[in-house]
Amino acid sequence: MSTDNPPASVDDADREFDAAELQALRERVDDLESSMADLDDGDTQKKMTIVATQGSFDMAYPPLILGSTAAAFGWDVVVFHTFWGLDILHEKKSKNLKLSAVGNPNMPVPNALAAIPGMDRMATRMMEKKIDENGTATIEELIDLSIESGVDLQACQMTIELMDYDEDDFYDGVTTGVGAATALQHMAESDIQLLV
Amino acid sequence: MSSEYDITETLDVKGQSCPMPIVKTKQAIDDLEAGAVLEVVATDSGSMSDIQGWADGTNGVDLLEQVEDGDHYIHYVEKTA
Repeated sequence: MSTDNPPASVDDADREFDAAELQALRERVDDLESSMADLDDGDTQKKMTIVATQGSFDMAYPPLILGSTAAAFGWDVVVFHTFWGLDILHEKKSKNLKLSAVGNPNMPVPNALAAIPGMDRMATRMMEKKIDENGTATIEELIDLSIESGVDLQACQMTIELMDYDEDDFYDGVTTGVGAATALQHMAESDIQLLV
Repeated sequence: MSSEYDITETLDVKGQSCPMPIVKTKQAIDDLEAGAVLEVVATDSGSMSDIQGWADGTNGVDLLEQVEDGDHYIHYVEKTA
């Protein structure tokens, strides 16, 4: 009987650890604490990725407003612009984005009238006037603000080539030479991902 | 409007709407030293909720008070770090 192992629960309670075991335990606790600290650090800065696919006047606003506001929170923000969304970053085209009157149920005119040449221009003018009266920032102001506050505005390289744009066509500070993999990588690390 | 705070700087965002009051507040706070109090004067009613949300979610700032005075929404933000 005396050579049998005694029940572990009884013995463990009174058992004293030797120095080597204690040292090993201390190291393990230190390791765990530092990995916890790393986890906490990772949580302090939120990340957001927005994919902007639309280049109409009205659809340019949500990504720019959310992006610049998120930057004010100190978040790490990427806005990946692809297809028509690229026009938002195009210095010339961004000043000429149009509100579509056709197929827009919020327009006060029927589609048959909305299709008349010049209606998009008129609808855009009306919206611009309202935006000015309301003290809402212009698209250009929001782009400047976003870049200034560290939002990474990315222009999809494939779309740049597809649309025959040149890298110099974009605002200074716009990131070019990036593709879907770059966007996905940031999305995977992001707390918030939005498709606009 | 009287204030019990020792205001370091006043930011005027009257007539500007979302997201300008927040973005400008953030920029103004960045330029101040710890302990400074920024007074933000806005006319955007959404700034009441937005400034609060921003201050709650941002490290190193403390929203001391928000005052509604007629058409004006006044926010007192302290830079704590």
